[in-house]
Amino acid sequence: MKNISGIKVAKGKVVSAVLLKDLRIELRSRVVTNQVLPFAGLVMVMFAFALDNDDVLERVAGGLIWLATLFSLFMIVQRSFAIDTADGALDSLRVAGIDLSAVFFGKAIALALKLIALEIVLICGAVLLYRVELSANGLVLLVTCVLCATSGLAFVGTLYGGLTAGAKGRETLLPLLLLPVVAPVLIAATRATEAAFGSGGAQTSEGWAWVGLLTVFAAVFGVGGSLAFGPLIDE
Amino acid sequence: MSQVLQRTSPTGTRATRVIGATSILVMAWVVISGLLLTPQDVVQGESVRIMYVHVPSAWIAYLAFIFTAVASASWLISKKHSMGFDRFAGASAEVGVMFMAITLVTGSLWGRLTWGEFWQWDPRLTTTAFLFVTYIGYLAVRRLEGSIEQRARRSAVVAMLAVLEIPLVHFSVVLWRSLHQGATVLNPNGDVKMDDLMLFTLFSGVVGFTLVFIWLVLHRQRTMLLVDVANNQGLDAAIVARRAERSAN
Amino acid sequence: MKDAGFIFGSYIVTLGAILLFAVSTLRRAKKSSHLVTDKDKTWL
Repeated sequence: MKNISGIKVAKGKVVSAVLLKDLRIELRSRVVTNQVLPFAGLVMVMFAFALDNDDVLERVAGGLIWLATLFSLFMIVQRSFAIDTADGALDSLRVAGIDLSAVFFGKAIALALKLIALEIVLICGAVLLYRVELSANGLVLLVTCVLCATSGLAFVGTLYGGLTAGAKGRETLLPLLLLPVVAPVLIAATRATEAAFGSGGAQTSEGWAWVGLLTVFAAVFGVGGSLAFGPLIDE
Repeated sequence: MSQVLQRTSPTGTRATRVIGATSILVMAWVVISGLLLTPQDVVQGESVRIMYVHVPSAWIAYLAFIFTAVASASWLISKKHSMGFDRFAGASAEVGVMFMAITLVTGSLWGRLTWGEFWQWDPRLTTTAFLFVTYIGYLAVRRLEGSIEQRARRSAVVAMLAVLEIPLVHFSVVLWRSLHQGATVLNPNGDVKMDDLMLFTLFSGVVGFTLVFIWLVLHRQRTMLLVDVANNQGLDAAIVARRAERSAN
Repeated sequence: MKDAGFIFGSYIVTLGAILLFAVSTLRRAKKSSHLVTDKDKTWL
């Protein structure tokens, strides 16, 4: 890939540059730690108020973790692309003739790292608030599930975030576009997490089929996203 | 004569008028036969009559989304990026969303009569609902501000992503439901013994709805062209006016 | 007829929606048509 001045830019370099930029912005602004994380924790507490039953909470803990993650996903994606479009950073990258699929992967990895940090806190919250128990086998399943589900969410989130970036009314459009797409992730990740927690007598082994589905999802949207991201933000 | 028709319906041609008249006739036959002439079903009773409108609208809804996907792919692949593909994709999606809404409403009315419930978490139903929501999102993307080319590119990519999404949704719901065997309810799907008149009515329904679909898409995409050109001209006129202003100063 | 409300209802919903869509399309076309020259109307 060559840029306008004819200098070859390695794809890996672009990925890490975009990734580090997004993480640096987060380290300086602390939006995820100071706003999104408290929001997600609050959602978990509100679920406990609404459901008001320890047995029910333990049974549905997996679903609540992933719902809280999805709600936070919208906020993080919007924030991340709002910064990029406000300063015209995306436009500059485009004009610089950089491989946009590298930008896609850089932003997706940054988003995935933020989401994983969030999910760890949410899972700990579920253990504390909803009294779920985690065996060693369950932990292996849970970690795999979190990794696969998060990469899927990060790819889809980055893709649709790029689509709605800079458009008026994107705050409301993004959830409308994203929710139907991430429904398979919600179903699969919830079932796998329930299997890891043993909610409702589920066996840990039942969870691995769902992890397979999550992997397929991540692969499909990883490939689809890297192809579609360029045309979407290109004028 | 044609001048008068042109004024009342600027998007009409002789072909659309023939299609329109034929579809009205076929639809009238479907309504009369479906409500009055056909017998009731042994299993489903009177509720089978809903099938004569439900099945054809479901068929058209899915057909419309296939057309949207194919037209979007053609737009992306074709070198010229002809706006005709984009307008066809948009018109087909709009008509498809309407037929999908009809399918969901008539289907839940039928389900209330047959299953005793408006809704079941059956993979087919759930996938249909997701298709509906996805294409509502697609239409929202088409309404985003920007040039016609931006609209075409964005919406074509979103349509392609929907093609990726829908099989995944369907498969995940199938897997989800297959693990919840306790929840399967009495399901007299498709086991209907249909006599000749019932089959013929259903067949006429499919023909009639297809004609309606063609008529609607033709008119809708021509209307879209009119609106696009009119908007463009509005812009051109504004530019001309501004230039005139400047040269006057 | 048993359950006539549901059955007639579904026919009314179906035909009503189609009719509404058709009428609104024709009206929108009429609104923009006078701004467009016949040359741009490729179907004529």
